[in-house]
Amino acid sequence: MRAFTQHQGIVAPMDRSNVDTDMIIPKQFLKSIKRTGFGPNLFDELRYLDEGKPDQDCSQRPLNPDFILNQERYKSASVLLARDNFGCGSSREHAPWALDDFGFRVIIAPSFADIFYNNCFKNGLLPIVLEEKIVDQLFQEAEQAEGYQLTVDLAAKTVTTPGGQSFGFDVDDFRRHCLLNGLDDIGVTLEDAELIKDFEANRRESAPWLFNVAN
Amino acid sequence: MAGKTLYDKLWDDHLIKQRDDGSALIYIDRQLLHEVTSPQAFEGLRLAGRKPWRLSANLATPDHNVPTTDREKGIDGIVDPVSRTQVETLDRNCDEFGILEFKIKDQRQGIVHVIGPEQGATLPGMTIVCGDSHTSTHGAFGTLAHGIGTSEVEHVLATQCLVQKKMKNMLVKVNGRLGAGVTGKDVVLAIIGKIGTAGGTGYAMEFGGEAIRQLSMEARMTICNMSIEAGARVGMVAVDDITIDYVKGRPFAPNGEQWDAAVAHWRTLHSDDDAVFDKVVELEGADIKPQVTWGTSPEMVTGVDGLVPDPANEADPIKREGIVRALKYMGLEANMPITDIQLDRVFIGSCTNSRIEDLREAAAVVKGRKVAPTLKQALVVPGSGLVKAQAEKEGLDKIFMEAGLEWRDPGCSMCLAMNADKLGQGEHCASTSNRNFEGRQGFGGRTHLVSPAMAAAAAVTGHFVDVRELTH
Repeated sequence: MRAFTQHQGIVAPMDRSNVDTDMIIPKQFLKSIKRTGFGPNLFDELRYLDEGKPDQDCSQRPLNPDFILNQERYKSASVLLARDNFGCGSSREHAPWALDDFGFRVIIAPSFADIFYNNCFKNGLLPIVLEEKIVDQLFQEAEQAEGYQLTVDLAAKTVTTPGGQSFGFDVDDFRRHCLLNGLDDIGVTLEDAELIKDFEANRRESAPWLFNVAN
Repeated sequence: MAGKTLYDKLWDDHLIKQRDDGSALIYIDRQLLHEVTSPQAFEGLRLAGRKPWRLSANLATPDHNVPTTDREKGIDGIVDPVSRTQVETLDRNCDEFGILEFKIKDQRQGIVHVIGPEQGATLPGMTIVCGDSHTSTHGAFGTLAHGIGTSEVEHVLATQCLVQKKMKNMLVKVNGRLGAGVTGKDVVLAIIGKIGTAGGTGYAMEFGGEAIRQLSMEARMTICNMSIEAGARVGMVAVDDITIDYVKGRPFAPNGEQWDAAVAHWRTLHSDDDAVFDKVVELEGADIKPQVTWGTSPEMVTGVDGLVPDPANEADPIKREGIVRALKYMGLEANMPITDIQLDRVFIGSCTNSRIEDLREAAAVVKGRKVAPTLKQALVVPGSGLVKAQAEKEGLDKIFMEAGLEWRDPGCSMCLAMNADKLGQGEHCASTSNRNFEGRQGFGGRTHLVSPAMAAAAAVTGHFVDVRELTH
């Protein structure tokens, strides 16, 4: 996995709560058996005026001029500013894959849905929870100043505005450690392979019915 | 010391290692696999030169992409080449690694969350995962079951474990009894309406109270299925006689001495009387009416006798904007009665409501009636080949077809429209599925979530109607 230490980038404010993963990447694009190439279809139904199809050349499609990522000033954004319950619904990891493929590295919101939040960390994408009133302030600043950038430091657990104001955020130590070092967490788990084997052997003894195959 | 909740017990029973940083290694008893969220996980295994840790823990089936017609053609019946590749990839991966798969022409094929319980592959006390958020369904059996992403599918394949942080405990208690004609679907929609789509975020949600205890396993599955729509990855119901009776005799279920030992353990799978929950929500069963969603989030729901809300009455500006946007997308006017919503299609199916009881409830409503002429289509999609066979044995297929509904082959179908079954732009659908998100059932489609009985009532009238007026 790609490591995440620090990032500075342009902020795109998406002023809408309960953004679900169907909205982030609609189902017709989940038919791919790859992890890459989802970027052109990120927010497909909001971004384009027509119905998107897999393997289509998106550069020829009619854009929705009102959608945030179609505005020139946000086209190279890498920090997504969002509202409550971002990433709710389906567990599809294609959602973080699409955000990553578009170029996002950080998502800031007052709250995230659990499965999406977890999936981000597996893909070098950092979801940051900040208090609603701070998020409100960042929305105002990002909308007012073209080219508005935030700086995120995962080691220090801070988000810093261009004006030098710094906000701390919380993140689990394990997730932070894996992300800072770009660790493959399967490898980390397999360091405990002996423990897992012992646990499994005990379980097979105490609850053998869990290991049955069909009668 | 306070007693343990059901979730505490399940957690403790699967804890391999508590790490200093607050994370924990949890053993996974069962993984269910389907074609959409597994290909990249198998590819990851291959690239890293890893093998599945315990093959027999896994059970696979294609469900999202499969067509619901011409099943005898098997994979050749999948017209969309991209869908076909995905199903073929699952077959190839399961064959290569040696994982049990119910392939497209197997009568045991169906929606993963229907076939797990049907086969007894879902047993009380298990930890169960699947790359699908509706894995919470299995919690109805007193299991710890939740959806995971593809990276975690690979992690479980490779290690039989997950790295987790313990969630908080929440109890949703439904007191008293439900009124006639009120189903598990209405209960869970009412719960989501009360606590909101993020009300359960960060919690493992246990459903309890007299009304839940009275419900069948299939109704409990419907409720746990939609805990994720209230934000809770995990939904659970304690084990009782109803659970144990349901499991008995299924292909993967234990028998003989093993059965007795298993049952003795399963009887402990309930929250202790003095267990402490971080959050408790209570509803009165008698207050719950048949529910209908009017918006683009499952929390946008009301009783069938209600009105589409007026955004002017919402004080919170973000919520108000959400209502305005939802009404625009749904093509509805503020303050219009729910029963005035005219429908174009009806969908009875999905991992929420495609089991035999769901089909019986729907058939009871349409029996001797006809689908309204204004409807373009009414689909019935059973959850598995075995559900289909059972329904046909009971003659339900004939009741549906005589009424003008289409009787299809099993799969996820129009719940998420990855196959050919989808809504056209602007069409309204009464759907027994779980998500009314924008575009979920087709580009520009408008979904209203309801119970199977309510969907059946809508099918024969062409608009929403309180099913109790038709049946009582």
